[in-house]
Amino acid sequence: MSSRTTPLHEVHAGLGASFTDFAGWQMPVRYSSELAEHRAVRTTAGLFDLTHMGEIELTGPGAGAALDHALVGRPSAIGVGRARYSMICAEDGGIIDDLVVYRLADEHYLVVANASNVAVVAPEIAARAEGYDVTVRDTSADWALLAVQGPASAAIIAALTELDVPSLKYYAIDAGTVAAADGAVEVLLARTGYTGEDGFEVYCRPADAPAVWAALAQAGEAHGLVPAGLACRDTLRLEAGMPLYGHELSRDTTPYEANLGRVVVLDKPGGFVGQDALAKRKEEGPARVLVGLVSTGRRSPRAGYPVVDPATGAEVGEVTSGAPSPTLEKPIAMAYVPPHLAVPGTRVAVSLRGTLEDADVFELPFYSRAR
Amino acid sequence: MSNPTHLQYTAEHEWVALDGETARVGVTAYAADALGDIVYVDLPAVGDTVTAGQTCGELESTKSVSDLYSPVTGEVVEVNKDVDSDPSLVNSDPFGEGWLFVVKVTATTDLLDAAAYDALLEA
Repeated sequence: MSSRTTPLHEVHAGLGASFTDFAGWQMPVRYSSELAEHRAVRTTAGLFDLTHMGEIELTGPGAGAALDHALVGRPSAIGVGRARYSMICAEDGGIIDDLVVYRLADEHYLVVANASNVAVVAPEIAARAEGYDVTVRDTSADWALLAVQGPASAAIIAALTELDVPSLKYYAIDAGTVAAADGAVEVLLARTGYTGEDGFEVYCRPADAPAVWAALAQAGEAHGLVPAGLACRDTLRLEAGMPLYGHELSRDTTPYEANLGRVVVLDKPGGFVGQDALAKRKEEGPARVLVGLVSTGRRSPRAGYPVVDPATGAEVGEVTSGAPSPTLEKPIAMAYVPPHLAVPGTRVAVSLRGTLEDADVFELPFYSRAR
Repeated sequence: MSNPTHLQYTAEHEWVALDGETARVGVTAYAADALGDIVYVDLPAVGDTVTAGQTCGELESTKSVSDLYSPVTGEVVEVNKDVDSDPSLVNSDPFGEGWLFVVKVTATTDLLDAAAYDALLEA
């Protein structure tokens, strides 16, 4: 399969990006040093191209009710201009994808899905919306997505838009413009992200993406903004304890194992796909739970490595993501372990390519920004 | 990317500087760049015997772990302690300060000259 490129591909190439194939897209993995990009997001700001993410739009008087039936949350209760983290689950409770749902207007929702899943999620939502007065469209091709993340992001964005940036709440979205070299560009501006920092996601038309990128890069220069790739995005979200589909989340996992039971609204009127299985799973309690691990050695636990119960020597769990943390300066990981090993401070062992190394269970997230 | 012509190379992206019966070993700029920021280097110990084409350590970046192969056979007589404390030397100066270990060589495999290695990278 030939990989797709974003409208910013030439920009990335000009900046000297290394590229990687990600979910069928050729995406920048780093521009210079992923550690420097990571630290820029934590201290100043980073600029990401996230055009590979999928967008699904629902319009019509039945949009809210259709999403209430399709997802585990209750999108009909989201206020206009606000966003919510949610999931779509199968009948058996397994997670099909994790999503951010924006309510753009009374009868207009924007659902953002992972690039790897949008081809599954869009038709699934459409099928679940049958019988509701709603139109479901996969509009991924209509949107480019840029993100400015980091403590300087509000100042950078505020210089470019008429929108009241300081008043835009976390997990809120508004329509407005960004001042680019050739004039104002229409955007949706959301105060959301996946890095653990304050930050903004900017949705625009693909043809406008280079102009928006250039405007953000220029406005950010004085604040220390740097272009940032997928490699640092992964270590940022890991430090922030944010799950990644295909690692912490999968069809074999329900929201309860992932400590995300709070996104499931079991008692919403009308029921939803997966309700019975999830109600049962909540009552039983999870057999394994997602925890953080901080390694005592210098080598990092990596996805797929076995977690070993030091008392018995038995393999009891599995690492889902792991990397050296640039902020903690220690190897960190997320892993599924049995509940009796999930208490923070518990010593476990991880098999690192055959060698057992100690790690301590840590309460997620590893990193929280000062607010 | 041009690689120093006084060195020899392997297809696994190690370089070798042969000086009489000892060989200094490192990884190429290409390898360092492909790995990303290297944060941990697991090197053989002085006195270990390494075998050409066999793994003898690891290079760990934020993104992944890669095996380190020895391009020569022999006894390790020196390891770069600076790299152990500051693995970023492999990124910043792979052919210089970022060298990894020195072997008293008893055998080598077929090594590439710089032109052949450049051609391999371009292929």
